[in-house]
Amino acid sequence: MSRYAMVIDTKKCVGCMDCVVACKTENNVPEGYNRDWIVQDVMGKFPDLHMEIRSERCNHCDEPPCVHCCPTGASHVHERGGVVLVEHNKCIGCKACLASCPYDARFIHPDGYADKCTFCIHRVEVGLLPACVSVCPTHCMYFGNLDDPASDVNKLLNSRSHHAVLPEAGTKPHIFYLT
Amino acid sequence: MTTHEITTTRMNPMIDPGMHIWGWEIPVYLFLGGLVAGFMVISGYFLFSGRFQESRHVTCFRAPLTGLILISLGMFALFLDLEHKLYAWRLYTTIKIASPMSWGAWILVLVYPAMAIMALIHLPDQKHLPIRVEFLHKLSQSLRSHEGLAKTIGAINMLGGAILGMYTGVLLSSLGARPLWSSSSLWLLFLVSGMSATAAFIHMVAPTKAERELLAKADNGFLSLELFVLALYLIGLATTSDVHADAVRLLISGTYAPVFWIFVIGVGIVIPLGIQILAVNHKVKHTSIPPLMVIAGGLILRFVIVMAGQHSHWSNAHGL
Amino acid sequence: MNSISRRKFLKITGTSAGALAAARALPSLPFANDALAALHEEQGEVTTIPTYCDICFWKCGAIAHVKNGKLWKVEGNPLDPLSRGRLCPRGTGGVGAHYDPDRLRSPLIRRSVRGDEEWTAVTWDEALDHIAEKMLKIKEQYGPEAVALFSHGIGGNFLKHTFKAFGSPNISAPSFAQCRGPRDVGFRLTFGEDVSSPERTDIRNAKCLTLIGSHLGENMHNTQVQEFADAIEAGASIIVVDPRYSIAASKAKYYLPIKPGTDLALLLAWMNVIVSEKLYDADYIAQYGFSFEEFSQSIAQNTPEWAYPETGIKPELIRETAREIARYRPASLIHPGRHVTWYGDDAQRSRAIALLSALLGNWGRKGGFYYPVSMDLPGYPYPPYPKSEKGKVDNPNQKYPFAHETITTGIREATISGEPYPIKGWWVYATNLFHALPNEQDTIRAIQNLDLMVVVDVIPSEIAGWADVVLPEATYLERHDDLNVEWFRDPFISIRQPVVKAPDDQKPNWWIAREMANRLGLESYYPWEDIEEYMQFRLEKGGYSFDSLKEKGIILGERQPNYFDEGVPAEFPTPSGKIEFYSLQLTEHGHDPVPVYKKPDDPPPGYFRLLYGRAPVHSFSRTQSNRVLMDMMNENEIWINADIAARWELKSGDRIRLKNEDGVLSNLIKVKATERIRPDCVYMVHGFGHTSKGLRFARGRGASDSQLITRYKVDPLMGGTAMNLTFVTFEREA
Repeated sequence: MSRYAMVIDTKKCVGCMDCVVACKTENNVPEGYNRDWIVQDVMGKFPDLHMEIRSERCNHCDEPPCVHCCPTGASHVHERGGVVLVEHNKCIGCKACLASCPYDARFIHPDGYADKCTFCIHRVEVGLLPACVSVCPTHCMYFGNLDDPASDVNKLLNSRSHHAVLPEAGTKPHIFYLT
Repeated sequence: MTTHEITTTRMNPMIDPGMHIWGWEIPVYLFLGGLVAGFMVISGYFLFSGRFQESRHVTCFRAPLTGLILISLGMFALFLDLEHKLYAWRLYTTIKIASPMSWGAWILVLVYPAMAIMALIHLPDQKHLPIRVEFLHKLSQSLRSHEGLAKTIGAINMLGGAILGMYTGVLLSSLGARPLWSSSSLWLLFLVSGMSATAAFIHMVAPTKAERELLAKADNGFLSLELFVLALYLIGLATTSDVHADAVRLLISGTYAPVFWIFVIGVGIVIPLGIQILAVNHKVKHTSIPPLMVIAGGLILRFVIVMAGQHSHWSNAHGL
Repeated sequence: MNSISRRKFLKITGTSAGALAAARALPSLPFANDALAALHEEQGEVTTIPTYCDICFWKCGAIAHVKNGKLWKVEGNPLDPLSRGRLCPRGTGGVGAHYDPDRLRSPLIRRSVRGDEEWTAVTWDEALDHIAEKMLKIKEQYGPEAVALFSHGIGGNFLKHTFKAFGSPNISAPSFAQCRGPRDVGFRLTFGEDVSSPERTDIRNAKCLTLIGSHLGENMHNTQVQEFADAIEAGASIIVVDPRYSIAASKAKYYLPIKPGTDLALLLAWMNVIVSEKLYDADYIAQYGFSFEEFSQSIAQNTPEWAYPETGIKPELIRETAREIARYRPASLIHPGRHVTWYGDDAQRSRAIALLSALLGNWGRKGGFYYPVSMDLPGYPYPPYPKSEKGKVDNPNQKYPFAHETITTGIREATISGEPYPIKGWWVYATNLFHALPNEQDTIRAIQNLDLMVVVDVIPSEIAGWADVVLPEATYLERHDDLNVEWFRDPFISIRQPVVKAPDDQKPNWWIAREMANRLGLESYYPWEDIEEYMQFRLEKGGYSFDSLKEKGIILGERQPNYFDEGVPAEFPTPSGKIEFYSLQLTEHGHDPVPVYKKPDDPPPGYFRLLYGRAPVHSFSRTQSNRVLMDMMNENEIWINADIAARWELKSGDRIRLKNEDGVLSNLIKVKATERIRPDCVYMVHGFGHTSKGLRFARGRGASDSQLITRYKVDPLMGGTAMNLTFVTFEREA
């Protein structure tokens, strides 16, 4: 059994968007669309500020509302690592999945189907890291198996304080941010 | 004072800066679905209660037939909204229990025969039909002669209509990521609103005063109930969490407040309710104006809920 | 570029050492790493070609992937010491340069007045013959020196060669007088050596890192950002001094929101604390320092209490950070910055950074400034260049005594005035002078004095719009350039080679330079036919395999000492041979021997100081037609303090114009009302606000800081143009 997850160290991330560019070239994401993105979250009053920088994308949730609401089964949980994927030829473009995602991680591809991050499963299947992780110049992104206690992601989650985005939405997200 | 600044580099069409995945098609579809649900329930009720023998009721033939047309229009609107139209047939290759969208597809399939058979029970006179369809009349007579069967058909339509009406609400409320929709009373609201629109519609087109009166009274009941359910819906959300309270604020004091208060509450419910109360008490004449207001209010309600719902969000990244 | 003689190091022993290093350099992945081929089979026929990047001038090793004959993606070369296998976002987005729909496609000759951007497309022969004729005419009339070259980046190496052969010494790049010049001068005056590029900053080993206006993470020079992240991970104490809460500031233990223009006061106060509390490295100073006593006396008045009203930084915080900086010495690095032409005292401010570094004893020490090394690669044997009798035009009578490189704005002035001698021809290679030099009206005035103006570029930049002849260059993914024999922590050679064909009639710079030389009667300077021949010659002469370089992209040398304690001799090529705390050179030329703080001007009421910087996804003004990068950021914003914005009734997303004190109005620019900046200044990312007609996509997006910089000061030491002196106010669209 494997459940893939990403752990991102917000202390090291500089928000340079290399992950976004790499995703676009790797996956041929059309101009004007993003499967991943950067969020800068600033709290406080100048000069007493705190900023968290996050590289965000589909959370490949354990309870994926986008899969539940899909009327055709196009959105599905892939057996490999519990990755949430969309089968383009089953998708009717009803957009229920877009509305169901608390992260707004999906969009309609210009060809009509719902599209989103795939955790670069095509790379992972041949032993590579997702493009975003492999390119990150600050080495702030980690990818691995939550079910493997020895994985980097588990080690980091066990040793560092972390949070997910909108856990209160109840979707059990699989991207964790080290703080 | 501390501030919270969130900057995102994402700019996906229809998603950012505020979600706008559904335009006019879905509200129209939901409204027509609710209206047709009302047709099924009211016509089914007339059938169930044995009134189909009285030929003066429009509900017996014209309503189910109109319903068939309206539901087709609704489905066409839905089809227009699909982004991957060539694959629409995929809806009918599977049944997804967890997906209200999937049920809806199948419910719509069942709605057609149910309404069609209800329309058959009381066909108008031959002279009103453009062509002679002898076998239909034979079928109709045969159905009418089996009262139990007719009543069963009525019951099936009432049930089917109720499910259809509820489904239009559940479709939205199952999408928990939009706080404005994640309410357990949205299905009731849309069902009641559908019923009131249908009552108004029949009220408007009924040829006899008795039927008009009956439907006006029913409509007043539905409108009163709708007000109550709306209050329930708003209060329910407002007390769920701050995220949901933020969402409700969109309606009661935010961007959508003017439309909500003036068109949904005022024009759509309170004013026609007042006029119709006077009408059924014979203080004023029955006119088409209050029912038209109710119908318009019902449509606008769907628009407001669909649009404001898309803008409601779990995080405040979109500057609620 | 650097005239200092440096130590040369050993050659590597061939491919085996390279392969070993390659194996070490491979990242450890949680999955097997050898399945790339399988993915490629699945996705189509993919070939990979190593090269090095040119989106900025860091020259990171890259591997381009070509799928079914089309450029697909560019990744880092794991062998490359600069990128360590990971490119920055601009490098990753490099594919956009190849696919840029607005790029130049054929040689163009002007058919209207200059700046009108009306062109006739011509053949290369027509264009080059036309240029050669004009150049020879200028040479005949005014001498070869009357043709100047502005060239930025390694791509210009062969053009420079042609120019030197032609007899012109007037070769310049904005990277000196508009960028890092003051820093290198300040460090030269102190240590006798430059900081150079890539900076010799040992960020990854620093236990305390101080950034003064350096916005690493937004400034995306790959190695530095990678090492910055390493330092964060290792728990380094980070101190950031910036009027803006930068990305780096968000990583800092101490963030000092300094008043713009007062950095020198802070530096002096820090040194005052370190000296008065005797926190400095006394042994190091005793061994290597010159005139430390005089230095300590001259900063005796610069207490934190003195600096407080200048900088706005509380005395306790100055003391605390000074102690923090000293606590970790010598592994305490004060980053000297890169683009440091700010206030006119820039060389002296940079010298103060050098002096503070000297107090910490971090020069030549781990976690401070390391000694870069390079591989020993012979040059190509050319005939000697002709000696110019007139000398360079940019700095008559050594007006700027410490300018060790050519001053772009000096050439511009000479072109306008004709003094000390006339300049009648300009070649501009890969530098958009309208965005690089202050006061664009002066640039236009100079161009109007020319008989010949040639621009070699990939895109129709603003400067190309003013050319008589525009020569379209192939992008870095479509061409060879000179070998990169880098001065860095680890010695290596890298190759830039074509990955795909140029889509139209674009040519590589070496070809242009060679064709030009042939037309100027300088054939003897190009004994080789093809650049590969040139490269092969040099490599083989150096004992390296050209085939291996082509295949791997990098030849690594052996690890060499980088620090004094590893055996680097502690030599300081200053007049005293020591670290000059007190500079007699400066005294001789009438300048302060130890930096002295001068108050900056305050903005008039209703005006704000205009600051500018970098975005991680753009390089200068040259990537705004790269659609991949524009997809990341397609306009800049004007950062305005949230309270100020509220006072002006501006909110994020509003579009305004900026007006400077001379009434120059900017393009419309989007407001970013934010807590992340002081109320007395505003900030924008440099490089936007294009006006060139040819930049169909980029044109009109955002505003240009350089357009607003009409007033500037010149650094008296080295001629650098200080460009953070512009004050702007806001104009709402009617």
